[in-house]
Amino acid sequence: MICVTNLLLLGQSMIPDFSRETLAFVWFVLLAVLLIGYAILDGFDLGVGILHPFVAQNDHERRLVMNSIGPLWDGNEVWLVTFGGALFAAFPEAYATVFSGFYLALMLLLCALILRAVSLEFRGKVHSPRWRKAWDLMFFAGSTLATFLFGVAVGNMMLGVPLDGNHEFVGRFTELLNPYSLAVGIMAVLAFALHGSIYLYLKTEGEFQQRLRPVMWRMFFLFAAFYAVITTWTAIAAPRSLTTLNEMPILWVVPILNLLAVLNIPRAIHKGIEGHAFFSSSCMIAALVFLFITALFPFLVPASNDPSHSLTILNAASSQKTLKIMLLIALLGLPCVLTYSGVIYWTFRGKVKLDETSY
Amino acid sequence: MEFDLVFLSRLQFALTIMFHYLFPPLTIGLGVVLVYLGAMSLRTGDAAYRQAQKFWTRVFGLNFAIGVASGIVMEFQFGTNWATYSRFVGDVFGSALAAEGIFAFFLESGFLAVLIFGWNRVGPKMHFFSTCMVAMGSIFSSVWIVVANSWQQTPSGSAIVPMTRQVLGDNGQPLLDANGEVLTQPWVIDGVPVMRAEITDFWEMVFNPSTVHRLTHVLLGCLVMGAFFVLSISAWYILKNKHVDFAKRSFTGALVLAAISSIAIALSGHRQAQNVYEYQPAKLAAFEGHFDSEGAADLTLFGIPDAEEEAVQMRIAIPGALSFMVHDDLSFSEPVIGLDKIRPEDRPPLWIPFLSWRLMVGAGTFFIALTLLSCALLWRGTLFEHRWLMWIYVGNVLLAVMANQVGWVAAEVGRQPWIVHPSIVRNDAGEPVLDAQGFIQYERVTATLPDGSNDQRFAGLRTDDGVSKAVEAEQVAASIVMFLFIYLLLGAVWLFVLNKKIQTGPDPPDSGFGTSSATSLLQLGARRTAEQRMAEAGTEPQVIANNEVSP
Repeated sequence: MICVTNLLLLGQSMIPDFSRETLAFVWFVLLAVLLIGYAILDGFDLGVGILHPFVAQNDHERRLVMNSIGPLWDGNEVWLVTFGGALFAAFPEAYATVFSGFYLALMLLLCALILRAVSLEFRGKVHSPRWRKAWDLMFFAGSTLATFLFGVAVGNMMLGVPLDGNHEFVGRFTELLNPYSLAVGIMAVLAFALHGSIYLYLKTEGEFQQRLRPVMWRMFFLFAAFYAVITTWTAIAAPRSLTTLNEMPILWVVPILNLLAVLNIPRAIHKGIEGHAFFSSSCMIAALVFLFITALFPFLVPASNDPSHSLTILNAASSQKTLKIMLLIALLGLPCVLTYSGVIYWTFRGKVKLDETSY
Repeated sequence: MEFDLVFLSRLQFALTIMFHYLFPPLTIGLGVVLVYLGAMSLRTGDAAYRQAQKFWTRVFGLNFAIGVASGIVMEFQFGTNWATYSRFVGDVFGSALAAEGIFAFFLESGFLAVLIFGWNRVGPKMHFFSTCMVAMGSIFSSVWIVVANSWQQTPSGSAIVPMTRQVLGDNGQPLLDANGEVLTQPWVIDGVPVMRAEITDFWEMVFNPSTVHRLTHVLLGCLVMGAFFVLSISAWYILKNKHVDFAKRSFTGALVLAAISSIAIALSGHRQAQNVYEYQPAKLAAFEGHFDSEGAADLTLFGIPDAEEEAVQMRIAIPGALSFMVHDDLSFSEPVIGLDKIRPEDRPPLWIPFLSWRLMVGAGTFFIALTLLSCALLWRGTLFEHRWLMWIYVGNVLLAVMANQVGWVAAEVGRQPWIVHPSIVRNDAGEPVLDAQGFIQYERVTATLPDGSNDQRFAGLRTDDGVSKAVEAEQVAASIVMFLFIYLLLGAVWLFVLNKKIQTGPDPPDSGFGTSSATSLLQLGARRTAEQRMAEAGTEPQVIANNEVSP
């Protein structure tokens, strides 16, 4: 504690006094990093959950699938928790507007995340087929619903939501379930399923692994179809999303790289270098989240009814002091987080095998 | 009682946090136990420690999973149900929460994987290191949460400031003024300036006047919880004559921890009560049902608080004891500020704090008596022969859970009607300043409205004003039903699985037993009794072997 105190004091004197505008922008970028990290990492374990009932044929395989993410999913989910905490601290207005505005959707999300988390822990504790079937179902439903809701939220943010002058959401829950957002929700499920199928392929071996091959292909084509549709649909339904790209043409690199990453997935699968495919699907997810964030910029929550009611980075940001302290906390914490995340991933590298400590 | 948005939101918060708070004290307490077992296992190479370590790690993992799953709700809830509060405190409270994520959660969840899945993947030293990291992570987590909560109780290092915001054009673009600067204006809604708390000094916020007292108390509460949890399961094994050697060793170690932490928590509680009195006299007065600010203050042992009559009915009290408790006043006569000095609309509800505070203190006193008695019996070597005592320990875990829960309830309900408590206005001598009617004054802040007039409001936030405006009561009611259902399911499954783990018991130890401090304590007691009995019977004392304590 004292050590941290001293480091923070030292850091405080070393970081120049950036303006509130600069710090708010830095935090916008850091939140993007947290969101990208979350989407890539929890993306594969949510994807594994989505595929669970479709790829595993017997109890042994179902356990294998769960244990492939066993030691990792909890740490991956912390990216979401930290994203939530950082949003609360850096942009409290946006945190309050979005979370209270999407009330029922968030309650459903919490429900999905809770049931998913405990199904992993509980499933293996009782040797009864019915017990295991019930938790298998929870695991699948929780993973799928959570991913779908993330997608729906992204879709709605792209379109903007109705806000009043106090930045309070004034729409209805049913309005959030519009065709475009639902389609983005499905694309999210397919993207994570694709990402998860490649991960699972890398973690398994033998006959089971071979059966995952057609799954990867199927997921890829389904995703690619939705990717094409959503890209077009976004340009029509949310034309504002292209503003930032057009103002900074250099950023067009990202959608191009995104396309290349998507195209590289079938190439790598075909050539049998699935590691590259996984890297590509990670890049694909990173690029998608990046494009989502750029589409929002400089808004955090665009108002669909009256643009002047929108929440911008500056209108929603905390004070200069808080943003600076938080930046120090992040600079101090992130290297540690990355180091021990690396250690954990290294410890649990290699093909998944069942032993006495498995689920 | 109205089932309005505020009531339902409070009910939802109470439900979710009380369910969540079943698990953190257990994981923190058990975490410390695991570190001890891991260290002893490394140092002595005693297989019994490894056996105990594996068993308690399995139980720990189960508790941790539900703790995390239910904890995620807490973080989202500030935004979903308490959006106005989030807007008000985000700048201060949010940073503590974010620090918790970065410093605690990543550490905990990462190394938990090694702790639970790593037995065959990493060496014993790395495994022990991971155990320490998980325990440290869970403690860090409590540090930041208590910091955030304590700031709400005794704000410091922060200021309430009126806000400005960017003026946006018709396309949502920021407008610029004549100098090319971004145009901002004071933010006023319906004639009321929008205010929020902003950090002025981070470390003053972290170490606000109540942080250290509350943190000590909370952590000791976790140790008490962990110790009584281990004691309960061990006592059960002893009663059922299963895994007796393992159980007796676990029992002895946990008993020492329970005795020390029970005494320490009473001392810390005493200091904390004085701290509460200094900064939140209304809360302490509500704990005590104390209305009379004049003369010596009595400590109520039993009674029925009556807010209308401003008195405690059917009261049994120790004269002057409250004066002593609050002021360390040996003359038992110094006056204590009562609720009569608090404006009626600023008084906390009476029943819940009064009752929960009594339950907590009562349970704590019982813990001290129970553990000291048990230690004496352990010393005499007859501890495990008293089956009634073992039965008390089996059930006592519920009392420990209750003590932890009502402690929080007392602290949180005692803070009402404030969600962020304003500070008391003090004169140069540090005495509270009273207004014309003789009430204690809370600090206020002034904001200038665009028309030049001044608006004055309290430097705090009332709970009623903290709820989300975009949410309807029906939605909250629906979420309560949903959480009630999920938590009942989880609670039932948790008990079921925990019970299975307890029934299965620890694995048999890998190899022979060595010695440990717990066994030596046990043996010491056993040897003394044996010697005594031999002396009474007039026969030669027999040598007590290492395994004498096992059947």
